[in-house]
Amino acid sequence: MEKIYSRASGIFEGAVSGFCPGCMHSTICKIVTQVIDELNMTDHTCFIQGVGCCGLSITYLDMDTISAPHGRACAIASAFKRCAPETLVFTYQGDGDLASIGLAETISAANRGENFTVIFVNNGTYGMTGGQMAPTTLVGTKTTTSPYGRDPGEHGYPIHMCELLSQLSAPAYIARVTCADVPNVRKAKAAVKKAFEYQLAGKGFSFVEFVTNCPTNWGMSPLETLDYVRDTVLNEFPLGEFRAK
Amino acid sequence: MAKGKVEIYSEACKSCRYCVITCPKNVLGTTEAVNQKGYQYVVALRPEDCIGCAMCATICPDGVITVYREGA
Repeated sequence: MEKIYSRASGIFEGAVSGFCPGCMHSTICKIVTQVIDELNMTDHTCFIQGVGCCGLSITYLDMDTISAPHGRACAIASAFKRCAPETLVFTYQGDGDLASIGLAETISAANRGENFTVIFVNNGTYGMTGGQMAPTTLVGTKTTTSPYGRDPGEHGYPIHMCELLSQLSAPAYIARVTCADVPNVRKAKAAVKKAFEYQLAGKGFSFVEFVTNCPTNWGMSPLETLDYVRDTVLNEFPLGEFRAK
Repeated sequence: MAKGKVEIYSEACKSCRYCVITCPKNVLGTTEAVNQKGYQYVVALRPEDCIGCAMCATICPDGVITVYREGA
């Protein structure tokens, strides 16, 4: 029998990830390393990780890494890509890192059309610090800092990064994907591959948003989060390609 | 004779059971056995039905499943 599916070489041999059971951070790490393997770029990749659960990938992914200060991954990636233009550079950030504290860096890098890829993991909560409200938390969702549910009058509405960045002229590729079922995992992998190919072709800023889950802080079992993502979260964050030029 | 085969790295399995609900042939399931972290890891309960479609490995977050297929 022939091997048709296995882990990619970008993950440490025999590693056990630090992510919670059912967390799609692991799925994203898996498909990103598979795409890098397919592009044969494992030894020529540098990823810039933000602060948060995404930081757990440092002991999981066997690639050159820079740990950015909170929110500044896009600024560091801009500098790194300008100094080493032949390297495949991507940032790996959560919603607290990219859409809250790092919003200015993200939008500035996108507006300059910096030639790197952003992998944005949107799970609607601050996972590592204990489930506080994030900019992307849905209206009405109870979190530790919004115990009566998110109230638009007090906390505002969820921020839509893909739609926001689509208003700029410079970004080359913007897409929103999810990992909640097998077809969507395959589409997500195709989107990541397209984003990396855009970068390698020198087309400019590429951005892939993953709508994901957080079983621990949503207070659900992993299987319940799949239904919640499909039935509720995707109504607020529609999937699709927003820009591909 | 099964068309496919799954190999499970049980120490990295966290028992989220995404693969169990995804498998179209109901090959996978959990038993009472646990790994070092205390998770009831997934095993191939009916390996003879496996068709090697790799849907379990595609949905598996931690990439613990390696899939082999006859004449792929």
